[in-house]
Amino acid sequence: MMDTRDSIRPVGPVVIDIENITKDYVMGEEIVRALRGVSLRIHRNEYIAIMGPSGSGKSTLMNMVGCLDTPTSGRYGFNGRNVAEMDDDELAAIRNREIGFVFQTFNLLPRANTLRNVELPLIYAGVDPETREERATQTLIDVGLGDRLHHKPNELSGGQRQRVAIARALVNRPSIILADEPTGNLDSKTGEEIMSLFEDLYRRGNTIILVTHEADIARHARRTVRLRDGLIESDDLMTVPELESMALT
Amino acid sequence: MKRFLYELSESWKIAVAQMRSNMTRSTLTALGVIIGIVAVTLMGTAISGIQVGFDKSMAIFGDDVLYVGQWPWKNVDDWWNYRDRKKIKTEYAEGLNRMIAMTPNSNLAIAIPTSSVYRSVKYMDSEVNNVLIRGTVSDYIITSTFDFKEGRFFNELETPIDKSVLINGQPFKVVGVISRQGSFLGLFSLDSIVVIPLPAFQKYFTAKSEAEILVKVKDKTKLADAKDELAGLMRHARGLPPEKKDDFSINEQQALKSTLDPIKNSIAVAGLFITGLSLFVGAIGIMNITFVSVKERTKEIGTRKALGARRRTILLQFLIESTALCLLGGIIGLTFAFLMCFLIGVAFPSFPIHFSSELVLVSMLVSVLTGLISGFAPAWSASRLDPVTALRYE
Repeated sequence: MMDTRDSIRPVGPVVIDIENITKDYVMGEEIVRALRGVSLRIHRNEYIAIMGPSGSGKSTLMNMVGCLDTPTSGRYGFNGRNVAEMDDDELAAIRNREIGFVFQTFNLLPRANTLRNVELPLIYAGVDPETREERATQTLIDVGLGDRLHHKPNELSGGQRQRVAIARALVNRPSIILADEPTGNLDSKTGEEIMSLFEDLYRRGNTIILVTHEADIARHARRTVRLRDGLIESDDLMTVPELESMALT
Repeated sequence: MKRFLYELSESWKIAVAQMRSNMTRSTLTALGVIIGIVAVTLMGTAISGIQVGFDKSMAIFGDDVLYVGQWPWKNVDDWWNYRDRKKIKTEYAEGLNRMIAMTPNSNLAIAIPTSSVYRSVKYMDSEVNNVLIRGTVSDYIITSTFDFKEGRFFNELETPIDKSVLINGQPFKVVGVISRQGSFLGLFSLDSIVVIPLPAFQKYFTAKSEAEILVKVKDKTKLADAKDELAGLMRHARGLPPEKKDDFSINEQQALKSTLDPIKNSIAVAGLFITGLSLFVGAIGIMNITFVSVKERTKEIGTRKALGARRRTILLQFLIESTALCLLGGIIGLTFAFLMCFLIGVAFPSFPIHFSSELVLVSMLVSVLTGLISGFAPAWSASRLDPVTALRYE
């Protein structure tokens, strides 16, 4: 069906290979089936948006993809390794090295300056202090914050804070960047700036997974997965005309 | 390992930043530990002060002298068995010395007769009651530990000098003055003593006097052998047949020590326990504040976990926070305790207080342990937090 459209098909090696995963939560006496069998394959250097209304299982899927949680059943391969069977510390190591998180609320450490916030994943990776500072500084320059290295989060604007968070997500050169409503706490102009930063990162070869409920934001991605009631409702690639119109703007 | 060190230094930085940003809370919590450490440290100085005094008091008995007397130096339940014993006579010393001289490789050096009684001593218009009057021979000086402030000990051919005192109405010339010795365990004065030649003692003070033979041992490492040998000699001197029990007691410093040690130790244990309770209260404060800190920073814990912090990392972070707080309290508390000891020492020089470097080390160790123990439960709960729940926490 997709072949009938002119679309950009992903070609890189598979990074995320989710096969028929389910997730059940026990809420008091009730069992909530947040995911009812989701399969999803994400290749390197894809730019994908996961959309869905609240209660659709979107957040649960994001937690699975982000290795913050393990599925009730099914298989989750990350770069060929089965995440579903990993223990807490192995998951922590995967999150540290393979996944760069960007949160809606930025989640910066309030008392640490920009540089120290970005260094944090490197500390957990056991990188020595000199390399740490060098790489954190370079990454901050890359996101346009070379002149804000020693500012505290409360001395930065919302957009700048999110840039710090993005630098923090990038600094360990992860396989994927997982952004959860990255513009949710920003005004639309700043939101657009952040989205163009993601566009830039994508063009430089990063794999980006965007979790959002806003169609305007999802529009930037090359592929959109829609969830409803714990199942994938649709999985669309951006068509060539769409892509061309995007290049014009 | 390297990674552990980086995490450690990171945790220290966070701990310091936390304490700074929650100044009031940290100060109040540390106050609990400060009070606890001050109490425990002061009690520790008092206990080691008692120990030092105790050792000093014990030293006057000499660790190489055996004391042959009618009574043992300990509490006895069957006092009636001792009461009717034959009196110890000063004459035994002569016999013992003769036997020691005849024994090849004897463990004993010399036996010295003493006989003591309490009498009043008068000098011009001043009179002191209940002074220990001890009659002995000039060799007594070998077994005793006192120094002379002026003059000397008497010798066999005595030529009296200077002033004279009245002992029980009888004039005696003073030949030497013993330096101040203080008191025994703070109970009775060791300075209220007059030592006079045995013949003179026997002439004037035999009534109600009690004799004791002091025997100096050659090698104090062979005290047990010497004791056995002395017991044999005494049995001989007393003419005891083999089937009869000893009708005398051979005492030594060690026996007295083992009688008094349990008392001293129970004072120490009770004292440390009571003051330890105040430290325990401080520890509860630390635990409480760490729980609050974990609760407040749930989202931060979630973020850290998302960025790759392992359980161990989070555990370490909160343990270091509680330990840093306790250590800070410990250092401040120790400083206070030191100042107080110094002031007490200046104000009451006789008060037994002893501030040692071991004490500093021990109280630092105690503060660190307090931090680790009280911080463990909250740190553990933080490390077990589910990252998804923690990230969602507002």
